Amino acid sequence: MEPMEEPKEEPMEDELEIIHAEVDSVLKRYESNPEKLIPILQGVQAKLGYLPKEAMLQIADAVQIPEVEVYGVGTFYNQFRLNPPGKHQIKVCMGTACHMTGGRIIMDSFERRLEIPEGETTPDREFSLERVACVGCCALAPVVLVDEEVEAKVRPTRVDGILLGFGMELPSANNKQKEEGREE
Amino acid sequence: MSGIVTVIIDEKQITVPEGANLLRAALDNGVYIPHLCANEETEKPAASCRLCFVEIDGFLNPVTACTQQVKEGMVVRTRSRRIDRLVQTAFELLLSNHRLGCAKCARNGSCELQKIAKERGLKLKLTRLKSVVQETPIDDSPETFVYDASRCVLCGQCIWVDRHRVKVGAIGFIRRGMSRKVATFGETGFAKSRCTQCGECVKVCPVGALIPKAQG
Ligand code: SF4
Ligand code: FES
Ligand code: FES
Repeated sequence: MEPMEEPKEEPMEDELEIIHAEVDSVLKRYESNPEKLIPILQGVQAKLGYLPKEAMLQIADAVQIPEVEVYGVGTFYNQFRLNPPGKHQIKVCMGTACHMTGGRIIMDSFERRLEIPEGETTPDREFSLERVACVGCCALAPVVLVDEEVEAKVRPTRVDGILLGFGMELPSANNKQKEEGREE
Repeated sequence: MSGIVTVIIDEKQITVPEGANLLRAALDNGVYIPHLCANEETEKPAASCRLCFVEIDGFLNPVTACTQQVKEGMVVRTRSRRIDRLVQTAFELLLSNHRLGCAKCARNGSCELQKIAKERGLKLKLTRLKSVVQETPIDDSPETFVYDASRCVLCGQCIWVDRHRVKVGAIGFIRRGMSRKVATFGETGFAKSRCTQCGECVKVCPVGALIPKAQG
């Protein structure tokens, strides 16, 4: 389970202003009705791409429920994300067929290369990594959606290929040995 | 037509106000039914612990006592093969996600799980299921108490007092399924949340998840 930790990056001043303004407009649309909490969160995510902590605090304040309640709903549903989406969104299918054909291995490969756990975004906001349930093309399992494009029958080598295609530098076997050598 | 009704629980005749909660009625009249998630005041029971099963004449299947209201002439049984199996499974499911080790637990001797095990002759160890307890950091940030999520049984009692009795709103359930847990906003730990450290939640925790800090 995730350790308790400080938010990695606080939004910038101007980012905060955007968040407040967007949340405000969504809240107005639903008249800050606590029964509309889910549509409000959906509306905010549609505008901002994720649910920043500041947005959840603002919503809790407006609809007058404890902020932990908003956090509870935001973490309950898979459709909500608490991290900003990356420039490139990687969705690894964990449906039955993909699971059976090694979806977990593919997820592990991405996690290792991107150095983030599932559900998070790289600090440079280049990549975000999520799991999805069956995307409807089980014959191609294991499947990965890369910016909504289907990648079929993915193997760990293809994971590297995808990331290389986005200009990511991967540690080559040689470099790695050197680095490890240095550490000793 | 509100008044007093007579119900029979395990062949014992009891009189209770009409519409009273069945679990309460049984407990108040000395009939023990295992329970973790209900309390005296919950109006809408979550019925999530699945321990309070009973059989009621006229019902095809066992039902949770905490969600039933007594009616005149109700005939209730708290033990049967079906009930015992349901309770045994629910209990083992709870144990499979609860860090055992009573000897090292502050609640040893006053733990509800121990009480249920004793009352129903259940084992405090896993026989059919594998343990899925996750190593979670212990939150010892509050001055007077400690929170150990690996011992939590997700009964919701602490959240209930936080919301309804002391009305602070510091803790709640987050996530879903196996990842569900009690946490503060943003999982900051108690000290960094709006928790006032009143300690009321510690008093209601039935297990060793919320425990007072050792004095000294
Ligand atoms: S911390 Fe204790 S009171 Fe709170 S949900 Fe867990 S077991 Fe129940
Ligand atoms: S299970 Fe992955 S596409 Fe169906
Ligand atoms: S007390 Fe009835 S289900 Fe928990």
